[in-house]
Amino acid sequence: MSTDTNTAVQTKRESLFSKKNRKLLKDPLDDSNPITVQVLGICSALAITVQLQQAVIMSLSVLFVMIGGNVIISLLRNLVPDRIRIIVQLVVVASLVIIVDQVLKAFQPDISEKLSVFVGLIITNCIIMGRLEAFALGNKPGPSLLDAIGNAMGYAWILLAVSVVREIFGSGAISLPGMGQVKFLPTSWFISEGGFYENNNLMILPPMALITVGIIIWIQRSRNEALIEEN
Amino acid sequence: MEYLSIFVKGIFIENMIFAYFLGMCSYLAVSKTVKTANGLGLAVIFVLGITVPINYLLENHVLKEGALNWLSPNFVNVDLSFLSFIMFIAVIASMVQLVEMIVEKFAPALYGALGIFLPLIAVNCSILGGALFMQDRQYPSIGEATIFGLGSGVGWWLAIVAIAAIREKIRYSHVPAPLRGLGITFIITGLMGIAFMSFMGIEI
Repeated sequence: MSTDTNTAVQTKRESLFSKKNRKLLKDPLDDSNPITVQVLGICSALAITVQLQQAVIMSLSVLFVMIGGNVIISLLRNLVPDRIRIIVQLVVVASLVIIVDQVLKAFQPDISEKLSVFVGLIITNCIIMGRLEAFALGNKPGPSLLDAIGNAMGYAWILLAVSVVREIFGSGAISLPGMGQVKFLPTSWFISEGGFYENNNLMILPPMALITVGIIIWIQRSRNEALIEEN
Repeated sequence: MEYLSIFVKGIFIENMIFAYFLGMCSYLAVSKTVKTANGLGLAVIFVLGITVPINYLLENHVLKEGALNWLSPNFVNVDLSFLSFIMFIAVIASMVQLVEMIVEKFAPALYGALGIFLPLIAVNCSILGGALFMQDRQYPSIGEATIFGLGSGVGWWLAIVAIAAIREKIRYSHVPAPLRGLGITFIITGLMGIAFMSFMGIEI
């Protein structure tokens, strides 16, 4: 009898916006950001931030794969033996990534071309495996869904911030999916047209992605001193 | 000469870390001391050198359009390339497991050095990245694919050992508090990337 009442207490519905759930969504945006604090998923975050539109598409793909992966693994968590869990996770994630890749090839062929191998690399994006291991394996599907959304958003905003900076200074433009590249400086300003302005080509090259993320980390940690590391 | 060119390109010009940021997660996490960085770097060379040729065979004899022709002429239009992600990652995960077992049995000394790093490697982006670049660039023979795998591995090893050495020294300098640890590592890697760009345009 007592076990019955226990489960009844446990299954009492938690409101969707309870403090705990809000924390799951909000923490990954700042205090436990997947990129700048947990150090997960750096590879793709740096490589595809030359243009905003690629970053938007990449963030949406990661959001989809994370939600799918977290919910599925969370549903399977009591069925999968511990020893083969990595393989199971890889298979689930790889299948979701194949869906994303095929959809991108069908509807956004240009961007799919530009993202090249990085769509496939979502499989080994540590963000996804990391959250599966750290969260989905030990929690119910509901909280796992929120955790996935929160972490994907935390990943997305860094990606968008880095790509906006790099594209503005590197190409003097902003591009969004479906709109193409919007140049907001008059063409006559550029040196090639007899003006005074020159794009900073260094911003387009790989090293500046690292330095931009380094600066974001600097800003974030000077605002939030709890995150500062020991030397 | 072709082989040398691919090898040098893999190490310096198209370095996995500085040009494509592959394997950054373990690069940042395991670069605190040179000793461990060296172990992980060697394990990556080893695994890339094994998995790239295996995935090359898989790609060219199973997955590519018309690749199943050797089985029966009826399969000439079969294109399984949409399965490549799942096949590559399965090959990598199982090869890593297999390599771990073989090394443990036959080379205990090597296992002592690489052992703890091998399981980490299955989810290292640079390994899957190596397979996907191999697919993308369509190397004409398995020899070139192997050399590409080894070259990329050596490039990765070079990068992680270099950053680990710098991080060991930087402990003694006055880094601004919010930049300590992760931030300064990012910026140093960026500067190293700029230095590596000077190899661009080298043709052998």
